[in-house]
Amino acid sequence: MPDAQPLLKISAIGKQFPGVRALHNVDLTLNQGEVLSLVGENGAGKSTMMKILAGVHTPDEGTIELDGRAVQIGSVREAQKHGIALIHQELNLSDNLDIASNIFLGNEPHKYGVLDRKRIYEESAGYLKRVGLDFPTDTLVADLTIGHQQLVEISKALSVDARIIIMDEPTSSLSKKESGNLFEVIRDLKSQGIAIIYISHRLGEVMDLSDRVAVLRDGENAGELVGDEITHDAMVKLMVGRDVSQFYNRTATPPGEVVLELDRLRTPVHPTVEISFNVCSGEIVGIAGLVGAGRTELLQSIFGVTPAVGGTMKLEGKVLNPRTSLDAIDSGVVLAPEDRKRHGLVLEMSVRENISLARLRQDQKVGMIDFRGEAELAEETIVKMNVKTPHAEQITQYLSGGNQQKVVLGKWLAMNPRLLLLDEPTRGIDIGSKQEIYRLMEDLAASGVAVLFVSSEMEEVLGMADRALVMHEGAITGELPRDQLSEEAIMQLATGKKAAA
Amino acid sequence: MNKNTLGILGLFILIFGITWASNENFANGYNMTNLVKWSSLYAIMGIGVAFVIITGGIDLSIGSVIGLVAALMALAIKQGWNPTLTVFLLLGLSLVIGLIHGLLITKVKLQPFVVTLCGLLFYRGISRWLTDNQTMQYPNTEGLDSFFSGKVGLFGQFSLPSPLFFLIVIAVLAAFFLNRTIWGRYLLALGNNEDGARYSGIQTDRLKITAYVICSFLAGVSGLLFAYELDSVQPAQTGEFYELYAIAAAVLGGCSLRGGQGAIFGVIIAAAVIRLLRNSINLVGISTHLEFAIIGLVILGGVTADELIKRIVAKRRTAQVNAAKS
Repeated sequence: MPDAQPLLKISAIGKQFPGVRALHNVDLTLNQGEVLSLVGENGAGKSTMMKILAGVHTPDEGTIELDGRAVQIGSVREAQKHGIALIHQELNLSDNLDIASNIFLGNEPHKYGVLDRKRIYEESAGYLKRVGLDFPTDTLVADLTIGHQQLVEISKALSVDARIIIMDEPTSSLSKKESGNLFEVIRDLKSQGIAIIYISHRLGEVMDLSDRVAVLRDGENAGELVGDEITHDAMVKLMVGRDVSQFYNRTATPPGEVVLELDRLRTPVHPTVEISFNVCSGEIVGIAGLVGAGRTELLQSIFGVTPAVGGTMKLEGKVLNPRTSLDAIDSGVVLAPEDRKRHGLVLEMSVRENISLARLRQDQKVGMIDFRGEAELAEETIVKMNVKTPHAEQITQYLSGGNQQKVVLGKWLAMNPRLLLLDEPTRGIDIGSKQEIYRLMEDLAASGVAVLFVSSEMEEVLGMADRALVMHEGAITGELPRDQLSEEAIMQLATGKKAAA
Repeated sequence: MNKNTLGILGLFILIFGITWASNENFANGYNMTNLVKWSSLYAIMGIGVAFVIITGGIDLSIGSVIGLVAALMALAIKQGWNPTLTVFLLLGLSLVIGLIHGLLITKVKLQPFVVTLCGLLFYRGISRWLTDNQTMQYPNTEGLDSFFSGKVGLFGQFSLPSPLFFLIVIAVLAAFFLNRTIWGRYLLALGNNEDGARYSGIQTDRLKITAYVICSFLAGVSGLLFAYELDSVQPAQTGEFYELYAIAAAVLGGCSLRGGQGAIFGVIIAAAVIRLLRNSINLVGISTHLEFAIIGLVILGGVTADELIKRIVAKRRTAQVNAAKS
């Protein structure tokens, strides 16, 4: 039931970051008491859009109107004043404080600087009631589960009289039950007239929850769906801009010899859980699961940066027991990490220096850098990977996410790996580069490399994996061959249901 | 030569010119020899700490290591030890000191500031205790004297002091290591992004330890040079605060305390600037009480200018990249 005047109207918003056009000419409207879902692939601009609304970023162009009046949202505080609250994917609570202190953090009622503790605890209790969280207000946040912590975040939003609550991937680390709980709260808030902007990769949830869905693609509006139009296929089609079958056209070839063999491997984060599986030459295997399921940690143990604490690994029949990443690299195992900027690249260094970083050792002449060889390697890699950079001396910081990822992959391909590990390979990457990275994964597999990737993006797992392993709380809860892959099946396993035998 | 080094070179020439113009005694051979000598000594310390700063760390113990080495040298000679052998033992000791710092920082994961602050206190205390806090003269040790504090006369009163030759050898090796070897590249990479370097198969702990070993070793070398230069050692004072001059030279010379940046030549010129300032303040007739204040201001001005220039460059780069996109 759209009002004559929307609560929030965003027009022609644009935002540039170094090397990236994050948003271009984006429009969005939001009505009172409405759940608007914002969907799009990684890097489509959803998070940037929300950070603009929450005052974290300021837009380069465009206008934001609240109740028909143009407003500037220059800071988080101003956003709060306008009644906009953002609940981040990673919660922003202080573990060492109790629930009430967290709810009023930064907004403490006080008299001449002295905290009004009575009000803090009394009012908090009221907010907890509204979100259905039945805990004493002096419980330490550290003692709550993530699902409950999220409700504290929502209480915090209520405490500043938020009229618009933005939730960024709220269920990415919640169990099925916790998610269900959250949906109840969302419906409840809606009936209280609060508008919700819901961001998620889980299209199933989006379908259940949304009054309206806005789709972003490469920083632009890709379309909008209302009511019955909201179907899985319709959303995916808008997200990737063409039929899915054209975007992901993985045709699996029969796998070759076993390359990686894990036998009861135990990682330091889940030391009691044993993991066993194989990856074969020419195979692309996906690992799905919730955030925090231990997928990244598994890859890091295979790569040796956080060595395994038990079990055995074999690479092409030979024992692989990496204690450092150097051990793994020497054996032919490489990892394109999830956090590209922190782990994948040395951002302040040039494209050339990043590409050669792993290979230098191999090409050295008694410790000296082979500068000519290095320059040639850089040029070759730039061409081969189609890295869009003005020259090899460009500082990698100034490249777009997609090109940065190509540099990371180029660095590893120079090592001729046997096993390529990819952690969220297309996070924050535009559609064009994304497709190139998928082609590259396929080419590598075709040349006999074993590819193992972790992804939180359902479409990516469905589209690229010959086989998917699903993890939950550190364990592999099931394995799905390509013909049994579905969002439903993956979510079942990801939230802890064992595979039906 | 990068922009920073050019800037600091310009600063050097400016101060040099002003001082020359305002006091005729400045350019005489004796003063110049002294200037070269002390600049070289500062530069050697500065190069050492530059390696540590490039890793994103810090070494506050340099002055105390200098004091310790100088004190032990005097003590050993007094006890009748073979001077040449003692020199090697003391250089070995400084390597071990660096190794211990490196191990504590990488394996025990203590903060560099804390480890080397404790070092600063510990080595100073040990020096004073071993020598009973007595000032000791350096007896004449044939050969070593001219090796560490000799001069090669050039013309008039101007001569090339020993520390300059040490500096040349050290600087060439250091620059080669940093710019031409894979380890130098690794050091810069790890200083910029330690995790990123580690994920690329670089053994970051070993490299960091190496940086602390280099730093302490050069402090040890400086200790011997200073001791022979001063011809005596005061256990409570020799080398005191020198770590601050070394760090100042490294920072003014283009090393960022955030790590990942450094140019050996810049550090040498910066060391010369600091030394030159002390000399100029005397000769130009400014109250020597203002010495520290002026040095502090110049360093602050230098790094501020550097930071502002960097920001402008970054902005221009971003604009270029975005322009190329659309």
